[in-house]
Amino acid sequence: MKKEEQKAKQTAKVKDKGQNDLKMKNQIASKNQKGKSKNVQGVKRKKQEVEEEEENSDESEDESDMEEDDSDVSDSGEVTGYTDHNKDWLKPAKSGEADSDNDDSEDDIPDDFSDDELSDDDSDEDDENSDEDDEDLLPVEKKAKKLEKKQARDKSRQEYIGQLRKDLCTYYSYNDFLMEKLMQIFPLEIHEFLEANEVQRPVTIRTNTLKTRRRDLAQALINRGVNLDPIGKWSKVGLVVYDSQVPLGATPEYLAGHYMLQGGSSFLPVMALAPQENERILDMASAPGGKTTYIAALMKNTGTIFANDANKDRAKAIVGNIHRMGITNTVISNYDGRIYPTIMKGFDRVLLDAPCSGTGVIAKDVEVKINKDEKDIQRCSHLQRELILAAIDSCDAKSSTGAYIVYSTCSILVEENEAVINYALKKRNVKLVPTGLDFGREGFVKFEKHRFHQNMKLTKRFYPHTHNLDGFFVAKLKKFSNKVPVDPDKQGTTENVTEQQETVVVNQSSEDKGQSSEEISQKSPETKTMKKKQTNVKKDKQGKSKWMSTKGNKKQFKPGQFKKFKNTSKGKK
Amino acid sequence: MRPLTEEETKIFFEKLSKYIGENIKLLLDRPDGTYCFRLHKDRVFYVREEIMKLAGNIARKNLISMGTCFGKFTGSQKFKLHITALDFIAPYAKYKVWVKPSAEQQFVYGHNVMKSGLGRITENTPQYQGVIVYSMNDLPLGFGVAAKTTQECRRADPMAIVSFHQSDIGEYIRSEEKLV
Repeated sequence: MKKEEQKAKQTAKVKDKGQNDLKMKNQIASKNQKGKSKNVQGVKRKKQEVEEEEENSDESEDESDMEEDDSDVSDSGEVTGYTDHNKDWLKPAKSGEADSDNDDSEDDIPDDFSDDELSDDDSDEDDENSDEDDEDLLPVEKKAKKLEKKQARDKSRQEYIGQLRKDLCTYYSYNDFLMEKLMQIFPLEIHEFLEANEVQRPVTIRTNTLKTRRRDLAQALINRGVNLDPIGKWSKVGLVVYDSQVPLGATPEYLAGHYMLQGGSSFLPVMALAPQENERILDMASAPGGKTTYIAALMKNTGTIFANDANKDRAKAIVGNIHRMGITNTVISNYDGRIYPTIMKGFDRVLLDAPCSGTGVIAKDVEVKINKDEKDIQRCSHLQRELILAAIDSCDAKSSTGAYIVYSTCSILVEENEAVINYALKKRNVKLVPTGLDFGREGFVKFEKHRFHQNMKLTKRFYPHTHNLDGFFVAKLKKFSNKVPVDPDKQGTTENVTEQQETVVVNQSSEDKGQSSEEISQKSPETKTMKKKQTNVKKDKQGKSKWMSTKGNKKQFKPGQFKKFKNTSKGKK
Repeated sequence: MRPLTEEETKIFFEKLSKYIGENIKLLLDRPDGTYCFRLHKDRVFYVREEIMKLAGNIARKNLISMGTCFGKFTGSQKFKLHITALDFIAPYAKYKVWVKPSAEQQFVYGHNVMKSGLGRITENTPQYQGVIVYSMNDLPLGFGVAAKTTQECRRADPMAIVSFHQSDIGEYIRSEEKLV
């Protein structure tokens, strides 16, 4: 026991020493008594803490005092007075150790200024004074005093964070809810992020490769007094515009469809989608058609693109852009994306740039700072879940070239991104694949209370302060089976137990066969539940007929279902 | 969505031939697939056959556009050619008008082409002939109708109208919602 205590004291002492020395450095110029007494007080505080710890460890004060007396060579029989004797006790040992531990700085400074002795003397006096004060009090009162002091110092981390959040909210005029969310995502770089949101992103344009080449376009625009540069190595069609003497949205080149005004981040989902020629592609929420026209350009006007948007007025913008850019392979429709699989299926690739809260583009729309709350996010998240299922259902797993789904949002909130993907992974036979974008941050696998599928790191996040793009999220999914796992709550509860046992066995066998290429993922519970459902489909013919019928499909879009599913899946786990 | 009737086809082709003459058949006999004209909500769409068939899946009220919109039939059964058709009629155009850079803006803002802004004009352009308007660096800007023959243009005074404005690429911005 004794040795342990001493060690504890020793370490505490060493810390104090370090602090002292640092402070000394600052106060070299003014070597007055006050500064030193402060230091000493600091030392005392620390010691008090140590003391408290000792007391907490079921030892009476007297006993500990006694032990100190035994161990110490110097004399200072008082309770708090062991500051000094501790130091004395440390000194010889330290000088011996310092040589070996190359702690030159600590040794040198006290030697140079001979502060060590001074501080010792001071501490003697001060300690005596304070001891005299303390002696008037009962031991209990002393402890109460110490505790009070400690509490005053130990404001909890929560309080500090809360204060910081409040201040940031006031300074950057956010609402408390959004700021909390942002601080969860950026615990360290929140300030950079908020600052980046105050600055506009550079204007970027995308060359329409169907009509012109980037070099020709750049030359034509430079002749009109536009100052521009290539956007970066990652895109061959993008140009950044620094300043322009003419309105970029009204030059003859723009009207002739040689380029599109488009944020740099909007290139990313299309690059991730990597459309091939002669494919059938669905763009589920396409207005105003920036990404659609990029897809068409990559496909060189072959194949077919279905550009859909739920808003009829916004769909008109698609018409304008598509005709302006000279794209002929596109059909524009106006449906709610959630019912798209009932209209058409069998797409090789599906792009879902889902409607979102827009927390990644605060620089563009400052309203977001204030007018988003918990409910808005939930509403978005729910719609996104419905849309991603519809997108997956529209895609054909048997496609020879693709069967890819790209999900993107201009939001940075986890609720609208990783959580939605995770939901899709549970609900459908899809797996995450690399996006093919070689920059950007990895998606969250762990976030606060959430634990996502471990392949979630294949998704990409883009932030204004790190990439100078709008905040963006891109995930690429591959569909590996057209079967839709049956919702487990459609079966009876009694059946569930037996099924669970069965499915475990089937699960193992399917693992042996190596049905899916994702070896790692099979360990995680999410895919296991997914597999279970998959096997359920095979077993349960009734269930099969249910998902085959369109009625069954429609049922999945009812909002209530999701909650039910969540409960049951938890229960299963 | 339906094929054009006999009468509609006649009206439509008559209008088209004003700009591209007998080149219409080049639009229909293409080496890269079968293309066809389809009528949807009074609009005429020029679209590849496979795309047209796939678009059949989409209900009439939800289908907004497919392929390229060429124009629309007015209430009095006349055909109005839209700017969206420019991509297909510009390459086959028989008569062209080039405008100077200074007059470019004027034209894309919806004004007629004056003699002062005229850069070049195809030889032997008859009066009231449909013409495609180009900028001096061969960027199609729109189409119009020749107000004077080439011969008359030479002697016209600077403020005289050379070509009446019909449609220009500025409409993509000015009347985006009226395109389809």
